[in-house]
Amino acid sequence: MTATSQHGASLAARPAAISARGWGWRHAGRAKAAVRALDLDIQPGERVLLLGPSGAGKSTLLHALAGVLGDANDDDGEAGDSDESGSLLVDGGYPREQRGRAGLMQQDPETQVVLSRVGDDVAFGAENLAVPRDDIWTRVHEALADVGLSHLPLDHPTSALSGGQKQRLALAGILAMRPGLILLDEPTANLDPAGVLEVRDAVARCLDKTGATLVVVEHRVDVWKDLVDRIVVLQPGSSTDSAVLLDGPPDRVLSEARSMLTAAGVWVPGYVPDTRQRSSNPAAGTGGLLLAAEELAVSRERARRKGFRKVPAEPVQQGISAQVRAGQALAVTGPNGAGKSTFALTLAGLLGPVAGKVSATVALSRGAGIDPYQWKAEQLIERVGTVFQEPEHQFVTGKVLDELLFGPRHLGHGTERVDELLERLRLTDLVDANPYTLSGGEKRRLSVATVLAAHPQVLVLDEPTFGQDANTWAELASFLSELLDAGTAVVSVTHDAEFTAALGGTELRMAAAPAVAP
Amino acid sequence: MRQELNLQGNRALLTRANPLSKLAAVFLVTAVLALSIDWVSASVALILELLLFPLAGLTLTLLWQRGWPLILAATVGGWSTSILAPDSGKTLIDVGLWTMSEGSLELGAGFMLRGLAIALPAVLLMSCTDPTDLADALAQKARLPHRFVLGTLAAMRLVGLLAEEWQTIGMARRARGVGSRGSALQRVKATLGQSFGLLVQAIRRASRLAVTMEARGFGDGTRTWARESTYSSLDVWVLGGGVVMAGAAFAAALWAGTWNMVWLGS
Repeated sequence: MTATSQHGASLAARPAAISARGWGWRHAGRAKAAVRALDLDIQPGERVLLLGPSGAGKSTLLHALAGVLGDANDDDGEAGDSDESGSLLVDGGYPREQRGRAGLMQQDPETQVVLSRVGDDVAFGAENLAVPRDDIWTRVHEALADVGLSHLPLDHPTSALSGGQKQRLALAGILAMRPGLILLDEPTANLDPAGVLEVRDAVARCLDKTGATLVVVEHRVDVWKDLVDRIVVLQPGSSTDSAVLLDGPPDRVLSEARSMLTAAGVWVPGYVPDTRQRSSNPAAGTGGLLLAAEELAVSRERARRKGFRKVPAEPVQQGISAQVRAGQALAVTGPNGAGKSTFALTLAGLLGPVAGKVSATVALSRGAGIDPYQWKAEQLIERVGTVFQEPEHQFVTGKVLDELLFGPRHLGHGTERVDELLERLRLTDLVDANPYTLSGGEKRRLSVATVLAAHPQVLVLDEPTFGQDANTWAELASFLSELLDAGTAVVSVTHDAEFTAALGGTELRMAAAPAVAP
Repeated sequence: MRQELNLQGNRALLTRANPLSKLAAVFLVTAVLALSIDWVSASVALILELLLFPLAGLTLTLLWQRGWPLILAATVGGWSTSILAPDSGKTLIDVGLWTMSEGSLELGAGFMLRGLAIALPAVLLMSCTDPTDLADALAQKARLPHRFVLGTLAAMRLVGLLAEEWQTIGMARRARGVGSRGSALQRVKATLGQSFGLLVQAIRRASRLAVTMEARGFGDGTRTWARESTYSSLDVWVLGGGVVMAGAAFAAALWAGTWNMVWLGS
């Protein structure tokens, strides 16, 4: 590896400077500008955390800096085109004319990987910048070492990586371009706590080595606070105010604007939002039994056909026993890959068990049979409701109100609960909106409301707090505690210890080894 | 599905040949077989193809696992041809409505063997060719536009993801009360709705991937290639092997007098 160390110094590309003067951007087909009147200077080598409520244009700014926003003000000048005003410069030039000067990492790990072999993926950016072949492989080895993935062979399949590893791989691909500016758009929002630290530490190491300028957008301030030397808070554009609300060293901004930031739903370090306390927290094991899992083995795969042979699915987890009781919370916790979600989906009657069984008591089945997997969809939703991690997967209509009415109409029920849910989850103003156009927090609230509209006795939630801001988090925890008090059973798959604590109840901890219920 | 696009540690000799020469050899063999329905050319090609299995790292078990639908289809095709083809020669089976004669059996066998012999080279090619290497060869050697080739390659990676997403969306919709069980009409409606959901997710994923690629400098400009696609002496052998196989099949059929051009009728 002597070659690597000789080239080490060359990794330090010249850090980039950013300068925005009255910059604004309106996306094609939108009436309102995403960013308006932005004045901001970032010096070479500075590390900036960008905060602000959703709709403040943080992602738009990062995309513009990465040069991927596309051309505004085209010659054809059609009304539907996007619109740019003022200037946004990287090193005094337009970002989209400087390929490779900036590297961008986005949220969804799956789409940060381009090619199917680790080495090829890291090389992709350098190839596009026409780096000579021999230099590319030097850069690939170096970048993989910097992000802590050098133990993987170059032909290792990228599909076999964990979320945190995929994000580190993406970082390696960015580093191989030797950018002066690294842009991270919520890079850890989809990761479990271990993955978050993995990525954060890799970023820190690479910045120390390259001295590149950093701009990161992230809700969770505590993760990035010690790594950045400046926090900039943006606010949604209005015609009079400046787009920058606050700007300064982390400690100062966080102390000056603590109440403002918490009000905006930012996760300020050391802050756990207040949630409703449960009025009655029954002791573990009380409450009517609704659903029980016995010696369950679970897998997403179905039995596969190999020629004439039928090969049973390989369980990701087995020997799980658990009980779901009315008015009781059950938190399913454990590391990624332990089969938590798969277990929850099996419990909820959406996947068939590989071995063992899920049985509903008479109090829940009400004549529909003992095995939830055999229930018809209409029977299922008024007994067990499941909220998926990605709300969009569950949208079945084009309007918020129709989404909420869908379940009750299907069941032939009255729709009296819909108004209550709209009110309670602050969706009343959005009834005519298209579900796909809502913000992340709104989508989450809607997906919970739509499932509850069918009145299930058991509510199963898969990572309900992932990527949510502190306000949505608190609303959700309070709302679920109300449901629990009203006698609904709540099963949540979560990494979030504070959320588990807020709901109380029992915890089913799943390890790589077969789990045992408390 | 995602794993099957990889070579899974296949280190056989033919994995080192250039994908383009393999493609050309496959084309030669299948082109000759497509010209004639006869059992001699098909069997000769089939035997030669089976002999190539070890060189491609393919085993009969693997073939059956990956290619059983093709094998079944060829068998069924052959069977129905031998029943339905016009009779000639001695009648072998006569069960009222349908009969099988020597002539129709020969045609059926030819049909089945030909189907297998045409399908096998493609299975052979895919089992010893990495899609990334194929893309490299198409862009560097065949001079196809790199933007198109690499875009397709990146999109293929998403196909595997979509298969997983399809399952998730199906479950998510059942959790909303949309049943995928029930009458045929209900199933069709459910599948249509699920397809729409998948389409939305596919477009979202694809546009995010496009941003990722663009942010890594992907575009029309000149680019270099980290992996050089090269020809070696092995490729001469591969191409030569293709010519020999095609020639052998043709010559054997001519010699046996069974060569039977498709468009000339029988």
